[in-house]
Amino acid sequence: MSKQRFPTEDQNESRSDTTVSRRSLLAAGAAAGIAGLAGCSGALGSGQSGQDGQDQAGVAGETLTLTTTTSTYDTGLLDAIHPSFEEMYGVTVDAVAQGTGAALESARNGDSDVVMVHARGLEDEFLRNGYGVNRRDLMFNDFVIVGPESDPAGIQGMSSATETLTTIAEAQAPFVSRGDNSGTHTKELNLWEAAGTEPGGDWYQETGTGMGEALNVANQQGAYTLSDRGTFISQRSEIDLTILVQGPIEGGPESLSNPYGIMAVNPGVHENANYDLSMAYIGWITSPAAQDAIADYQMNGEQLFFPRAVSEDPDFQQYVPEGWSGDSDDE
Amino acid sequence: MLPALLEFPFREGYVRSIIYVSLYVSGTAVILSTLFSIPVAIVMGFADFPGKQVVKAIINTGMGFPSVVVGLIVLFVVSNQGPLGALELIFTKEAMIMSQFVLATPPITAISLAAVSGVGDNVRDAARALGGTRLDVALVVIKEARYGIATAVLAGFGRAISEVGSVLIVGGNITSASGISKTRTLTTAIQLEARQGQYNTALVLGVVLVALVLAVNAVVVRFGDEGAMNR
Repeated sequence: MSKQRFPTEDQNESRSDTTVSRRSLLAAGAAAGIAGLAGCSGALGSGQSGQDGQDQAGVAGETLTLTTTTSTYDTGLLDAIHPSFEEMYGVTVDAVAQGTGAALESARNGDSDVVMVHARGLEDEFLRNGYGVNRRDLMFNDFVIVGPESDPAGIQGMSSATETLTTIAEAQAPFVSRGDNSGTHTKELNLWEAAGTEPGGDWYQETGTGMGEALNVANQQGAYTLSDRGTFISQRSEIDLTILVQGPIEGGPESLSNPYGIMAVNPGVHENANYDLSMAYIGWITSPAAQDAIADYQMNGEQLFFPRAVSEDPDFQQYVPEGWSGDSDDE
Repeated sequence: MLPALLEFPFREGYVRSIIYVSLYVSGTAVILSTLFSIPVAIVMGFADFPGKQVVKAIINTGMGFPSVVVGLIVLFVVSNQGPLGALELIFTKEAMIMSQFVLATPPITAISLAAVSGVGDNVRDAARALGGTRLDVALVVIKEARYGIATAVLAGFGRAISEVGSVLIVGGNITSASGISKTRTLTTAIQLEARQGQYNTALVLGVVLVALVLAVNAVVVRFGDEGAMNR
């Protein structure tokens, strides 16, 4: 700031000049800022159809929002197969890995168009409440119960998952649970319920984390845990746990199977759900070509997913909540 | 850890895209927040109005407000079920900017307020005496307090770029199938690696984030120093 002096007329003028230019600079800056912000409203009016119109699908240029579980996303399967769908229709698929509970909640709120989870009970509830339509069985893998090689509870090779958990509970061997309302956690709770044992106590730890972290915790503590096969395979080289009981892929009990389902968000409930594109997606992913691609997907040299959508024999149960029958009083 | 550093475990386009999203979201949020906060700080500093203490309390509470709670609130607002549902902002960078705006504003306002209050009354009186309008006086005060305001902006930027809870909830941590980020930032990418138990690769991203924050701080401080040399 220059020295204070009584202003002469010249200084008055030059000062008002700088005042004016300072003000106009500010005004120009504000106008530029507003103009710039107007460009940020790219969220509005997205999803215009293709402009050249030549042989382009009506859905071209749109974005499909798919919510799914963290374990599904972390296998990398979706990133591997989506490009073929995106090219076929000229669209973008936004895969949001949220965890089973959040994925279904987003779909319930209409924030996603299609949902892919592996928790049949929760999927059935979703269908019964009218939020989802056109459910299809997609693929399956299995769960494995892993633990330290020393196997303190002696569960190696057991053929019943419920018996395995009861044995662990009785031995009070440390067990790590996801505790996060995920598909894996839901399966674990169902198994405890089927075994008739209520898990609790110092040996039972709920981490509230993703599968990878839970495996790390179990590794550090020499504890048992229930994991989906995919995540375990991807982490196998970094942890010292081994598979002690496994599911039907290697001949183990059916109760450890992990089937995946896919559902479109009901446009009757959420008008702006992108139903056309969801159905295109479900149609594509249940097609022989995509199902083959799913089977071909490998992690660390092992096949992770087993396709289920293409089948000679009819499978009506995939379309309805489990146990639903047209003859009964079910809605 | 060393192997992870020696062979950079990510595709180059991936890291570049998440750095871009981090800077774009946090930068925009901080710029908008600064444009909002500085006038507020000036009004708070020099004017008296009913409810001033309440506003001050809100700002101070906002400084420590948990970011994940802000994320939940923004989620409720931009969700399809919420008041702004029609704008389809869920899972976009714009929603992330909104939540980081809310998070960055309290520190920027509070520190700017402190800086602006520290400007002597004689400066304002002189500006007024020289025939300045209220706007001119405000600009003079801002100029006097610019180091404090720079600190405020850096604090706001630091808060914005290092938070993970709210951008994860409203952004969805999305990348394209080829690995180009749509709403994935450095922080949410770190969270993704940590969730998968890949702590070493998470740490690599952490180093990138810290380097980025240091770089921004260095640029702003240098910019300020050049101003000092020209005084």
